This record gives sequence, structure tokens and C-alpha cells, in this order.
Amino acid sequence: MWLKDSSIGRKFIMSITGLFLVLFLLFHGSMNICLVVDDLFGTQGYNWICEMLGANWYAIAGTLVLALGVLVHFLYAFYLTFQNRRARGNSRYAVETCPEGVEWQSKNMLVLGIIVILGLCLHLYNMWFKMQFAELTGIATSVFNPQDGSAIVKYLFTNGWCGIIYCLAYIVWLCALWFHLSHGVWSALQTLGWSNLIWLKRIKVIGTIFATLAVGLFMIVVLYFLGVNIGMLAA
Amino acid sequence: MDSYINIKVRVWRQAGPKVAGHFETYELNHIFQGASFLEMIDILNEQLIAEHKDPIAFDHDCREGICGMCSMYVNGHPHGPDSAITTCQLHMRHFHDGETITVEPWRSRAFPVIKDLMVDRQAYDRIMQAGGFVSVNTGGVPDANAIAIPKPVADEAMDAASCIGCGACAAACKNGSAMLFVSAKVSQLALLPQGKIEAAKRAKAMVAKMDELGFGNCTNTGACAAECPKSVSLANIARLNREYLCAKFKD
Repeated sequence: MWLKDSSIGRKFIMSITGLFLVLFLLFHGSMNICLVVDDLFGTQGYNWICEMLGANWYAIAGTLVLALGVLVHFLYAFYLTFQNRRARGNSRYAVETCPEGVEWQSKNMLVLGIIVILGLCLHLYNMWFKMQFAELTGIATSVFNPQDGSAIVKYLFTNGWCGIIYCLAYIVWLCALWFHLSHGVWSALQTLGWSNLIWLKRIKVIGTIFATLAVGLFMIVVLYFLGVNIGMLAA
Repeated sequence: MDSYINIKVRVWRQAGPKVAGHFETYELNHIFQGASFLEMIDILNEQLIAEHKDPIAFDHDCREGICGMCSMYVNGHPHGPDSAITTCQLHMRHFHDGETITVEPWRSRAFPVIKDLMVDRQAYDRIMQAGGFVSVNTGGVPDANAIAIPKPVADEAMDAASCIGCGACAAACKNGSAMLFVSAKVSQLALLPQGKIEAAKRAKAMVAKMDELGFGNCTNTGACAAECPKSVSLANIARLNREYLCAKFKD
């Protein structure tokens, strides 16, 4: 199968799954913004979304497709890196330099990806386990109602010093994600062949915009609750 | 102004493909900065021969940047610290008095060391043999107006054709990928009418050979294009991806 056996086929899989995950991030990030809006204006948008998605069949189907996307992206990353290290051989250069125009993140995609996955595990435990998982299995995984997502998030981020540590962890995670995406998005487009002498510069800009937008949506929520928390601690 | 400098040259010495290599440092005095890098190596070799030592083996041929034979990794850069030149076009004015210059061979699994700074780059020839040609004799040069080709397309094909197959791209790549080379060769033919007909077949055959020879998977770090002595663009890699993916989906 050429999607597994040829280098461009493998890269194609990485690109498609990567772009799919970016679209999911934009979807997820837009929903998160409701948390800030709710807190500022006293609305119930986030909980409405939690209720709407919850443990309904379409949310579960979406989650399974998403999990598959993450898994394939993750497995191919290790497969590609393993092959690339073998292609490089065992002898290393005595003097290593980074040529001008080569992004640091492009050489560290696996490491950044691992940080993102670790952050994801923490995130799944804190949020998903207490929301969709609790609703699905009926097991009480926290003191909160699994459909009251807003309260779960707010508690996690504004829970005194613990909340500050969580916010900082999320900020590190999101920064790693930004670096990963700032190379990943344009690299995916390039691999799909959507580039030429003119578009090469454009897709790099598009990549940076996408990365900033996707990460920015999440960052706003974290920074907002960090501010609220510091305000509460100071008071 | 160019003047005379004293330098130390730290060179990779390896007696043969199966022997472990090591660095050796040689002192070289009174080197004119107007000399080319390869002339400096020639002077060093004369010094070694006078001392009854084995001279350094290195690849070189035209010494004017068109044959693609010279292949030295100088101070962490393929073809040295200057941009868009081959090692033979590098001059000693890029180095200062008292400097220690580190010279290594290309290091990539597909380019095994033959001796000292010489590596076996036949892998690139094999990729070319797999499809880097037009199958029919296209005859002599036709009149320029016989087949109209837009100037930007002709320019892009010429820029891709400027690849001299030196191997700097794969040598600089952290993934040991030959994509810039293969994409330049695919592009130069795919852009022009004579080569366009076999473009899909060529892309598939050359990529299959590249993968078979154990080159890595491209992750678009761009080190290849940054170090390429002919400034071949990353846009060619996108064209190769496009050609290959289209061909595979048509199958």
C-alpha cells in the first residue's frame, strides 16, 4: 500500500491527519470562548454546548474519529522519525549549524508533539474524564455534574495556587502547540502539493495565522481565568 | 584586502569504507586568502606528500561550480560557510588568521565514505536511471517559436535543471532525504512539453527508487534549499508531491 510504503504516501497521511486535527482545534477553541463570554455576561453558552454534545451518538462518533486521527498521526510520527534516523546513519557531523531560514520548530516536531500529547493526557484526565466519560459510564468521576462543564473548568483554573499551576502548565502546553502548528500547517500544505514559488511564502503566512488563531482561542480562556484567579487571591 | 593567513585544518581521515575514521589536525602557514578552498587542500596535500604521509582523498573535477563533484562539509555547512556556491568556489577570505577549519565528508547512510572526504554518491545516479530522462529522442534544437513555452515556465525549468547532483541536500538534511534532488530532476522535465508526457510515470519511478535506496522522509525543514549551491527552491518539492499524489490517486 503506497500510503504506508512510499515516503510521500506516509507524508500524505501525516498532512491529512494533521490538518484534520487543526480543524478540530478551531472547532474546540471556538466553543471554549463561550466560557469567557459566559463569565463576563452571565450567559450559559458553554453548558448549552456541553449538553448538546454530551454523550450523544454524534459526539461519540466524532470523538472516536478524532481519537483515530490522533493515533494515526502519533504512530506515523514515530514511524517516520525512526526511518529518518536510520536514513541519516550513525555518523554525526562534528560541527552542526542551523542554516539561515530553517525554523527551529521544523527540526523538533517530534519533541513538540510529545509535549502536546503529554498535555493532552493531562487535559483528558481533567476535562474529558469528568465530562463525557462520566456521562457515558454514569460513574461519578468528580463532585460536579458532568454536564456542568463550565463549573469543572472554572474550578480547575481558579482553584487557588493549584489553579495557577494548572494555568502555567496549560500555557507551556499551548506554546508547544503553537510551535508545532507554525511549522505543521504550512508543511502539510506543501506536502499536499499546494505550493509553488509564490504560494510557498503565502502558505507560511497562512500557517502562522492558523497556528496563532487556534492556539489563541485556547490561550484567551486560560489567561482570562488566570487573571480572575490572581484577582481572587489578591483580594 | 586579501592577505596571508596561518590556519589549522581539522580533517576527517578514514582509510576505507569499513574502517573507523577520525579527525586529524594539520597546521598550514602562509595561505593566501585569494586562494580557493580546494587550492588550500592541494597545498596541504603537497605538504603531506613532502612529509611522506598519505594525502587527503577528496572529490573534485571542473573547479568552476558546474560538475557537482566537490563535496566537503566545511565548518558545519555543505560547500562551506558562503551561500549558493560549491566548495571549489569557496575562497580562503572567508576564514581568518589562526582559525581551525573543520572539514568532514557528507554523512548520510545513502552516501557511504569511500576514503577520507570522498563519498559514494551512486545512489543519485540510480535514481536518475530509474526515470530521470525522456524516453524518446527529441531531436535537435527546434526554432524557439516552434513550441511556445511561457517565459516563467522556461525559467523555472532552467532553475530546476541547474541542480548539479552534488548531494549537499541529502547531506544537510536531518532526515537524510533526497527530495530536493529528485524534485529538481522531476520538475525540469515535467515543466517542459517533451518531458510532460511521462511526468507521472517518472515521478513514481524516481520516488520508488529513492525510497528503495533508503533515503529519509522529507519534513520540509528547508535545510536542503538553504544549503543548495544552486539555490534550488523548495517549490520543486511541492511539485513532486503534486505529481506523485495525482499519479497515485489516478491509479
